Amino acid sequence: MIWSSLPFPSPGLRSGCGAAASGRLALRPFGPLAWLALIVGLLLGLCGTAHAQGRDPILVVGASQTDIVLRQGFTGTELLLYGALLDPRGRRADEDYDIVVVLKGPTEPITLREKEQIAGIWVNAASTDYRSVPSFYAMASSSPVSEIVDPRTAAIYEFGLDYIQLSPTGTIDTEEQARFSAGLVDLRQRQGLYNQFDGAVDLDEGVLYSVRLPVPSNVRPGEYTAETFAVLRGRVIASNSRQLVVHKEGVELAIANRSQDNSFLYGLFAISMSLFMGWAAGRLFAIV
Amino acid sequence: MDVYLPIANLSVNGLFIVMLGFGTGILSGIFGVGGGFLTTPLLIFYGIPPTVAAASAATQVTGASVSGVFGHMRNKGVDFQIGAVMVGGGLCGALIGAGLFSLLQAIGQIDVVINLLYVLLLGTIGWLMMREALAELKPARFGSKKRAAKRRHHPMIAALPYRMRFYASGIYVSPLAPALLGLVVGILTMLMGVGGGFMMVPAMLYILGMSARVVVGTSLFNILFITMLVTMVHSFTTHAVDIVLAGLLLVGSVTGAQYGTRIAQVAKPEVLRLILASIVLAIALRMAYGLTIRPDEVYSVVPL
Repeated sequence: MIWSSLPFPSPGLRSGCGAAASGRLALRPFGPLAWLALIVGLLLGLCGTAHAQGRDPILVVGASQTDIVLRQGFTGTELLLYGALLDPRGRRADEDYDIVVVLKGPTEPITLREKEQIAGIWVNAASTDYRSVPSFYAMASSSPVSEIVDPRTAAIYEFGLDYIQLSPTGTIDTEEQARFSAGLVDLRQRQGLYNQFDGAVDLDEGVLYSVRLPVPSNVRPGEYTAETFAVLRGRVIASNSRQLVVHKEGVELAIANRSQDNSFLYGLFAISMSLFMGWAAGRLFAIV
Repeated sequence: MDVYLPIANLSVNGLFIVMLGFGTGILSGIFGVGGGFLTTPLLIFYGIPPTVAAASAATQVTGASVSGVFGHMRNKGVDFQIGAVMVGGGLCGALIGAGLFSLLQAIGQIDVVINLLYVLLLGTIGWLMMREALAELKPARFGSKKRAAKRRHHPMIAALPYRMRFYASGIYVSPLAPALLGLVVGILTMLMGVGGGFMMVPAMLYILGMSARVVVGTSLFNILFITMLVTMVHSFTTHAVDIVLAGLLLVGSVTGAQYGTRIAQVAKPEVLRLILASIVLAIALRMAYGLTIRPDEVYSVVPL
């Protein structure tokens, strides 16, 4: 666990407040642990110089991985997102704020089809188009979203499965649109691609937060964004984001690329592999 | 054993896929069918995208039929003349199938059409095979051989022009007949990811009236070329051939095929045919049932 390995109380911190402590820590290589050490250093270090002006609180965020590699053995992973809220006055926040984390995958335009029973058989009937549907969405919060913000704010920041902005382009009425959108969210939820974890964010001492978000194996490659919001009295007071890249590597990347760019050779290769394995098995069993 | 499939974009249990290949391999070894009619629906059921399942299953069937073709060639069980004509028809069929595939995909009815085709084809053929096998299993009298001889080719086939002699098959028919058969099988292979052996064998026997000695070999010969072609067409149009998936299926199916051949040598053919008929019928019934009940996924996503 990452918290247990934190370097405090470190000698640098114990030596008192001041720039020296934080400065020394800042010289370390900026891994996630160094970041956290820096945050804590700053928090404690600034306690002497409390006459800071009314700046906005700063949210420092980190992620356990900045790239997720899709390759053999990948069965999904757990992404640890962590960070801290830094009060401009240098103390831990007086009031209890809440943290909301949203991880979103690359968006894509899609057609959503709905099956209907016609003459006893279930066939695709109605359909509607969406301009930008996130291929992945996961939200976690330190308290249930409905208790943190009002629906308007939730809709602005896309807090929760009910508020994902899908940009429908169809001309069907609102009610039908809502049914389609609910169907899409439900489908993606069962595929493990859309998730909402109310109350899953751990908030330590009102300063450090952490959450683990499951990333399944069927995620699409692309740019992912992890956004963190600090919410106080129904208002978002600070936010910060981190980019993550989900990509294929090695053989998997080569296969995916070849199948797209070099269809002829790819097809030939598939056929040869098939022919060879069939032939080899025949020979092998003839010997045995 | 978790394996990541780079084209299907998901991770599967490799052992399960190998076992699936093994099962279909046994079937292909015993009956001379590719087993694609079993692989594709099971892969889809497992969560592989339908297009990837159909494309990769076609690739697998190539491998499953290779050693069978060699085996039958040694025993002079392949009529290359008819085989070539059928492959020619199959070539056109695969291209027509590719056109149909994208058309149906565009209007969103590909799944339903594939399912209906499965129900209709497997249902009809399963029922015919079942009747045949049950009749044979009844206290066998000498008559069975004679009855087969009585069935010359279908009158509609005999009416086609440009008749020619196919010596290995012992028939005198228009090449249009096997070419049409090849065409239909080509379309089905493209759409359903099946080799088409399950319908080619009965069609060759009962419609074309080919000699039973060359039917399985010629069917396998045709399957071999059609599936190679379909793999090619899929890699160009849908880009959906997943070689990792196909490779896993192949590992299982080429081994299974060898065991299947051995089983075929010792088991009673009419019992085997009854088993195949039951499997085919069971799949057809399951799919028919699946069409009428509310599906798990009412909504489906298609990238624009």
